[in-house]
Amino acid sequence: MGEFFTLSVLVATAASAIRLATPYLLASLGETVGQRSGVLNLGVDGVMLLSAFFSYWTVLETGNLWLAVLVGLVVGLVMGLLYGVITVFLNATQGISGIGIFIFGLGLSDLLFRQLVGTPKPVRRLPNVDIPLLSDIPHLGEALFQRNLLTYLAFLLVPVTALLLTRTTFGLNIRSVGDNPQAADSLGVSVERTRFVAILIGNSMAGLAGAALVLQLGIFQPNLTQGLGFIAVALVYFGAWRPIGVMGGALLYGFVNATVLQWKALGIIPVSGSDLANMAPAVLTILALIVVARRVHAPSALTKPFTRH
Amino acid sequence: MKRQWRLGPAVLVILGALALVGTACGDDDAPASGSGEGGALRVAIVAPSASDDLAFSQSMVDSVHAIERDVELSVTDGTFIIEDAAAAIRGYAEDGNDVVIAHGTQFGASLIEIAPAFPDVTFMWGTASDTQGLANVFAYSPAADEGGYVNGSIAAALTKTGVIGVVGPIEAGDAVAYINGFKAGALAGGASEVNVTYTGSFGDVALAAEAAEAHLANDVDVLTGTAQMVVGAVGVAADAGVPWFGTQANQTSLAPSLVVASQVYHWEVVLEEMLTLRDSGVLGGQAFEVNLANGGLVIEFNDAYELPAGVRDAADAMIEGITNGTVSTG
Repeated sequence: MGEFFTLSVLVATAASAIRLATPYLLASLGETVGQRSGVLNLGVDGVMLLSAFFSYWTVLETGNLWLAVLVGLVVGLVMGLLYGVITVFLNATQGISGIGIFIFGLGLSDLLFRQLVGTPKPVRRLPNVDIPLLSDIPHLGEALFQRNLLTYLAFLLVPVTALLLTRTTFGLNIRSVGDNPQAADSLGVSVERTRFVAILIGNSMAGLAGAALVLQLGIFQPNLTQGLGFIAVALVYFGAWRPIGVMGGALLYGFVNATVLQWKALGIIPVSGSDLANMAPAVLTILALIVVARRVHAPSALTKPFTRH
Repeated sequence: MKRQWRLGPAVLVILGALALVGTACGDDDAPASGSGEGGALRVAIVAPSASDDLAFSQSMVDSVHAIERDVELSVTDGTFIIEDAAAAIRGYAEDGNDVVIAHGTQFGASLIEIAPAFPDVTFMWGTASDTQGLANVFAYSPAADEGGYVNGSIAAALTKTGVIGVVGPIEAGDAVAYINGFKAGALAGGASEVNVTYTGSFGDVALAAEAAEAHLANDVDVLTGTAQMVVGAVGVAADAGVPWFGTQANQTSLAPSLVVASQVYHWEVVLEEMLTLRDSGVLGGQAFEVNLANGGLVIEFNDAYELPAGVRDAADAMIEGITNGTVSTG
């Protein structure tokens, strides 16, 4: 166990945790905005898969990483348009249509990968960018301030999302249509428009999450996310629908995974205990959800389609 | 001539579209005969991952393509859910395929139910070392420890820190055989430590990449891994300039300057044997193994990676020793 508490290993663990947390954080923040408006999107994973594929394909074809990020964002936006029309204007059941989006994204990304790429081919990964001065801080700088730009963006979006939700008129509208859409409607707030925009924001961030995932790895494979989008949805509950809580959940999930991997590499967790250790992140999340469920309440109108009486 | 059909992704897209349409608001049966167009042998593969995964599933698809027969090939891949795989296996049998290859250890329980209902169909199941007493099931497995041992011994010659890292999926099947063989070969070759991480997933590329990063933080300077999720770990190795050893399929294309060698499965060696038996009326009941001796396992070296003097010769001698039984991988 002593080997784990050496500075180099701790720094590597922190860096790994932040890399793992980045896609979760981006997707969860977006889903937080959507859920605060009353819309649950179980299709996050499918959106991420499609965005990840198109981002990967863009790098493969053009070599341009930033164009790939933009493409990921736009794919998320397009999927948001689709989901918004289905759930807000056609009043479809959110849970089922979200699963439809997931299956659609899973299948289409797989199909496109086979038709357009075939065998996995490595592409450039997002380079790490040193933050001047901060990256020079011994050990801490290496762990926190020598990361890629999408990681910085993800963490920057935490206060931005918090400010959006709590300090702007649009944020107030989002929360009001998520808690009491009838009252918001009677006060002249367009429930449909507010939810639609919230969905577009949420899906765009899921698109960014897909781009972050694939561009950190530098390769695409069918079902690349392995259910990451569903964990992101769970982290919104974990974070009690608050950006800072969501960030805490994403980091905790990343840290537990990174620590388990380090302990396996060091032999602290023997091979015979590997399967049990793999459950640690999920068990921790479930326990936290049980605790959270006792003290917070979801947006009152979450998953409920709006109908004007 | 070989024709190939794939179902997995298209079916998922259609399901997704149907789910969307359903919440908001054809028939391609193959003929139920035993032979394909022009008398071709009708073979179907049900595989758990993508058929071009540069690993387990691809090894079987490539092998069927390598058979010197007229084959009409159908593939359902990405069946990571066992129930989906079982439905595909049954569907192919009902559609009159001559041979259905259930390419995954986890499909064994499904075969116990399905195979007896189709006594004229030959099922091939792997990786597995026995046929579960089923008369129309052939089992196949690789002696993955053999190539693992060779790769491990070369890795030991390359490491400067003496510490070698392994990224594995779940401690089962040919993964554990390869890893145990690799570990034995590396330690016998002089490595001081071989650290093994089982990520718990055959498909989680991100976790495999982070497992490789964890190894690098612990003085590892040579890496290997098995199963389809290692594409992420190879990327980490490539960025760090660390040599990589592959298995199941040739992984050189993932890191052309850093993949040293790959143990490649050539299932066609045993597929031919099983098909010959089928021709003679034996539809199953026997188990087969691919190994270095029968040519079913081949160590494919990457010529672009320059091995130190003598290492390649030593590796060739080791392959010879395993083949003739003078070197033990245990």
